[in-house]
Amino acid sequence: MSGIATAMPPARWGSVWWRSTQGGVMLTALLLLLLLATALIAASIGAAGIPLARLPAALGLWPSHADPSTLARDQLVLWSVRLPRVAITIIIGALLAASGAIMQGLFRNPLADPALVGVSSGGALAAAATIVVGDRLLAAGQTALPFELLPAAAFLGSLATTFILHRIATRENRTSIAVFLLGGLAIAALANAGIGLLVFAADDRQLRDITFWLLGSLGGATWEKVAIVAPFLLGLLIVTPFIARGLDLLVLGEAEAFHMGVEVERLKRLSIVLVSAMTGAAVAFAGVIGFVGIVVPHLLRLIIGPGHRRLLPSSACAGAILLLAADTCARTIAAPAEVPIGVLTAIVGAPFFLVILLRQRSLVGL
Amino acid sequence: MRPVAIARRFLHTGILACLAVTMSLTAHGDTVLKDATGRNVTVNDASRIVSVGGAVTEILYALGKENNIVGVDTTSLYPRAATGKPSVGYMRQLSAEGVLGLKPSLILAIEGSGTKETLGVLQSAGVPLVVVPDSYTGDGIVEKIRIIARATGAVERGECLAARVRADLDMLGKLETGITKSKRVMFVLSFVSGKAMVSGTKTAADGIIRMAGAENVITSYEGYKQISDEAVIAARPDVVLTMERGGPGPATVTSDAVFAHPAFAATPAAPNRAFLSMEGLYMLGFGPRSAQAARDLAVSLYPELKPKAADTAAAAATCAE
Repeated sequence: MSGIATAMPPARWGSVWWRSTQGGVMLTALLLLLLLATALIAASIGAAGIPLARLPAALGLWPSHADPSTLARDQLVLWSVRLPRVAITIIIGALLAASGAIMQGLFRNPLADPALVGVSSGGALAAAATIVVGDRLLAAGQTALPFELLPAAAFLGSLATTFILHRIATRENRTSIAVFLLGGLAIAALANAGIGLLVFAADDRQLRDITFWLLGSLGGATWEKVAIVAPFLLGLLIVTPFIARGLDLLVLGEAEAFHMGVEVERLKRLSIVLVSAMTGAAVAFAGVIGFVGIVVPHLLRLIIGPGHRRLLPSSACAGAILLLAADTCARTIAAPAEVPIGVLTAIVGAPFFLVILLRQRSLVGL
Repeated sequence: MRPVAIARRFLHTGILACLAVTMSLTAHGDTVLKDATGRNVTVNDASRIVSVGGAVTEILYALGKENNIVGVDTTSLYPRAATGKPSVGYMRQLSAEGVLGLKPSLILAIEGSGTKETLGVLQSAGVPLVVVPDSYTGDGIVEKIRIIARATGAVERGECLAARVRADLDMLGKLETGITKSKRVMFVLSFVSGKAMVSGTKTAADGIIRMAGAENVITSYEGYKQISDEAVIAARPDVVLTMERGGPGPATVTSDAVFAHPAFAATPAAPNRAFLSMEGLYMLGFGPRSAQAARDLAVSLYPELKPKAADTAAAAATCAE
């Protein structure tokens, strides 16, 4: 596999025009518009049911004619429950898709995905351990446990996994991407074994908690959580210009990129830190959500080509759209219960992935 | 049983031989009973019982059969002494070898025990296997007691225990005539990172809520599921109910945590912080103590019933042999 550039031909339905500056602006505008539309739909659907007619009033756009108690309830549902959820879904969707795009560029492998290289598994293991062991360890002395323990554990678990992987893959200050990928698979297997052990030790309730957590959920969103996750998205926007060109040149090979003036090791370090922080944040609040990181960057590469300067922001945008649509389904189709979002993204993602695979078969030489 | 027959069995399997010996010692005559799967099971020896399911074990203790229990599952946590018995693992993941290794003469397994394959193996091993029906109602408890009593040859004592539970249930029924407006209860099993796992129908929590004369707010799904925040608001619970657990773990549901959550803060339960927590085994066990648990819950839900409840406090006679 020589790289993404050759693996991604201009697709039949993707015209080269999209790759021009004009097309890029057009696409960005289109994606933002679509995101806005999806967000509006997401904000107007939910188990608590606010008719479309009452929505503008609840949003405070114009005065309401409904009675004050209905308005108060609508506003409460909208502002403290639904909108924080929409916001956190957008952010996490963006983080997941961008993580995937960066990982695929870094590993020069279209299959790379944070879930695949163990970063998510590490977070999941830490979360499962908190659910099962936390109950017992913290029984003495404390009156209540801070709610943030689980997300914090998941975040640290993700970071620790990446750190260990990086140490394994680095020798004499050079990080081997192949070792990173294979080591990641091994660590994922190890983490899954650990989760299996915890499942074995868990009681009924803990088992349910672990299962639902592993399948992902965007429930329980609050503005505080939005405020915690938002900086990661900001970090992505700030770092993107610094790594985009490097990731583009990395496709040619590490030595080639180095000779073209890319500080390869610095690029790798920066990317790995960014990806693990973004994935860690996403895993911490939403559990394990697969396939967004694979499907979205692929789709966009087909349309706009492999240039990371545009791929990263548009992946983030499209990831947000996809996750928002999936989450809106997740919380409405089985209301009042929630379908785990990881199930929905996999149902959409896996067949899509197969289609990509079949289309590219001849080109990748499989 | 003749010695020749014993010897022949011994040639086949050691397990059966042991059974045959104990059978000859403590047999109480053949009893044929129909278990929850609809099969007719012939039971004739209750000297070595493997008990699977918390309620089954609790009833066996109440029937004075504790010395005949040779193994329990991991959900058998009451009475405390039961946890000292050899464990055959989790009720849904039994291992046939582990159970047979205890050389049981009778296996009492609550409905829902598994796996199916394991139960099949146990049946073909020739040990009488009685699947005890499990429904989350007052009648269900009485039925459970009766079938276990018959299987263990403790019919008289079983009738006494059943009558006691029946009396508790009748008192509960009388008490509940005093309820003017039934309360809407939401049972929260766990609350991890702001995500609530809530009971639907066909659960022990649903059963006890009904028994206590209240209404479960979630009736559109079965079992325990994660619920969306908005659905919490839409369900309008008057009271949030949860179960106490060992300690303050990350999933322990506390009043502070629940009502700090914007969705729960918007429910009718929030203004007066209507939050109840009861010990899990007592509340959800559906054994001999459940009628009392339901009464405790009813009194907590409807404080106006308290004086009446004091009048009708169960004068529970012990059912000794």
